[in-house]
Amino acid sequence: MAMVSIRNVNKVYDGNVHAVKNVDLEVRDKEFMVFVGPSGCGKTTTLRMVAGLEAITSGDILIGDTVVNELPPMDRDIAMVFQNYALYPHMSVFNNMAFGLKMRKFEKSEIDKRVRDAAAILGIETLLDRKPRQLSGGQRQRVALGRAIVRHPQVFLFDEPLSNLDAKLRVQMRVELKKLHERLGTTAIYVTHDQIEAMTLGDRVVVMKDGVVQQVGEPLELYNTPANRFVAGFIGSPAMNFAEVTLSAANGTLWAVAPGFRIGLPAALAERAAGLAGEPATLGIRPEDLHIAGAGDPPELCLEVEVEVVEQLGSEIVLDTRAADTAFVASVEPTLRVRMHDRLRLAMNPNRLHLFDAKTEAAV
Amino acid sequence: MIEGALWRKWVFYNIPLILFVFVLLFPFYWMIITTFRPDGELYRPWNAANYQPFWTNNPTLDHILYLFEETSFARWMLNTMFIAIVSTIISLFCGVLAGYALARLNFPFAGGLGTAIFVTYLVPQTLLFIPLAEIIRNFRLGDTPWALILTYPTFLIPFCTWLMMGYFKAIPKELEECARIDGASRWKAMVYIILPVAVPGILSAGIFAFTLSWNEFIYALVFLSSPDQKTVPVGVTSELIRGDVFFWGPLMAGALLGSIPVAIVYSFFVEHYVSGITGSVKG
Repeated sequence: MAMVSIRNVNKVYDGNVHAVKNVDLEVRDKEFMVFVGPSGCGKTTTLRMVAGLEAITSGDILIGDTVVNELPPMDRDIAMVFQNYALYPHMSVFNNMAFGLKMRKFEKSEIDKRVRDAAAILGIETLLDRKPRQLSGGQRQRVALGRAIVRHPQVFLFDEPLSNLDAKLRVQMRVELKKLHERLGTTAIYVTHDQIEAMTLGDRVVVMKDGVVQQVGEPLELYNTPANRFVAGFIGSPAMNFAEVTLSAANGTLWAVAPGFRIGLPAALAERAAGLAGEPATLGIRPEDLHIAGAGDPPELCLEVEVEVVEQLGSEIVLDTRAADTAFVASVEPTLRVRMHDRLRLAMNPNRLHLFDAKTEAAV
Repeated sequence: MIEGALWRKWVFYNIPLILFVFVLLFPFYWMIITTFRPDGELYRPWNAANYQPFWTNNPTLDHILYLFEETSFARWMLNTMFIAIVSTIISLFCGVLAGYALARLNFPFAGGLGTAIFVTYLVPQTLLFIPLAEIIRNFRLGDTPWALILTYPTFLIPFCTWLMMGYFKAIPKELEECARIDGASRWKAMVYIILPVAVPGILSAGIFAFTLSWNEFIYALVFLSSPDQKTVPVGVTSELIRGDVFFWGPLMAGALLGSIPVAIVYSFFVEHYVSGITGSVKG
């Protein structure tokens, strides 16, 4: 078991594409760390540098206490699961799982024992004689996992392992991965573009964009206190609503003003944003923090909207609404009776308001 | 399938297909029928009463016997077989390694080198045999099988290299990366993972190379002179056409027997061969 330290690592392709910029973070021992971000954000490149499949342009990567910058993949004591599984098509499931052990010259009896143990954990004992092409997507995924766990490596690397599965199987495998990690306790780095996978699997999550780490934290930390507008918009589904507003102080309150509405910021937020009075800013509120205004809601937290689309999801209703130029998505109680073009009064949960600097996009 | 009216299916599908098959197979039929037709029928004028060009009632093995008794045909077959097999092995060995290197190792000018190799394939043999003849003479290889075994790779290696390069590129890179994480060196990953997966491609390249060297004519004509050294294509045409006299029976018998080994090779590997040409490795 080991921790992985990524110290000030950069990756530049062909001298001009800067794919990974100054990534500096530590994956703790036994931690399940998820890298998430849109495609091309450098998350896979970072993973491949840890694996030794890409050279590091500058910086250091340590597995345990060893600098592995120059070590070939085989000497890093890692195992990797690929998006397309990368099963060896000409070998049986058994041989696929045994290959890494054979290469490392394990005793035949030990190989047999380890493969059967791993197969038992993953429930694929009956498939050991099959060829990969005779397996379903979920079964292939299990074999790929089995191939990784038989080696008892220090670190697991996962490169979007669930993205080739259909939606239902993905949810199921997600749960199994979580259980597997619980059971084995091996340090894991997991790359995905799916923020739900990131939130559900990760002990901690790294959000990346354009090769730069935006925020590192536990899932709820990212959700509740996003460091910037990108993280706020990327984590959570449906995504956070953003309104371009101007801040202005009046009657002892700091107001976020936009055409069609104005919101009085709660004291704590107003205090932090005091220096921005008169400046443009971005107001953020998650759909679940908007509700139909009742008598108890203070008027400075309410706004008039027109309903554009009603999405009935059964467990909730997602309303696409609009206040002048700004779109607001609200998720409300499923019992509400509402139709398109209705006018509604929505209220915001004051403790859940986010404010971002318009220029730096950093959270205020 | 083509949808719509029946006449559409016939006009755009069945009739063209029948014509195509006829054009392809008729020469073989003609070859076979001529092989077994006695000379008396072969040289009968077209306006004779019992003229029947497409069938014979008196099949004979005379032409085949003539081939083996009066010419060195058996010797030619052995020569051709030996030359084709050895030059195929040499070319396949070089082609597989070069194709792998060009497809997978990132070295400077890999792209340019690949194109350069392809360009050498485009130089016509009808020009290349002139300088090659000089080289063959300097090395005193004229009139030996080695003259052909060493010159055939000049067009076989580029061919195999390109075919294998395309095939290796179609194999997912992750297979090899996974093997290397699993503890295989680059060489072991190639031997245990990539080459077994590439077997259909290697077989196709081998079949093509074998056929090309089996059928090769110009180099064989130029570099070999004594009757005992000749290959089938050259031997048959040089020994059975004397001046303006064509010995049609033995000629066609030679052509028929000469094409049998190639047909056998193809039929054995046809499944692999097709999947090799169409590529696609499924995980």
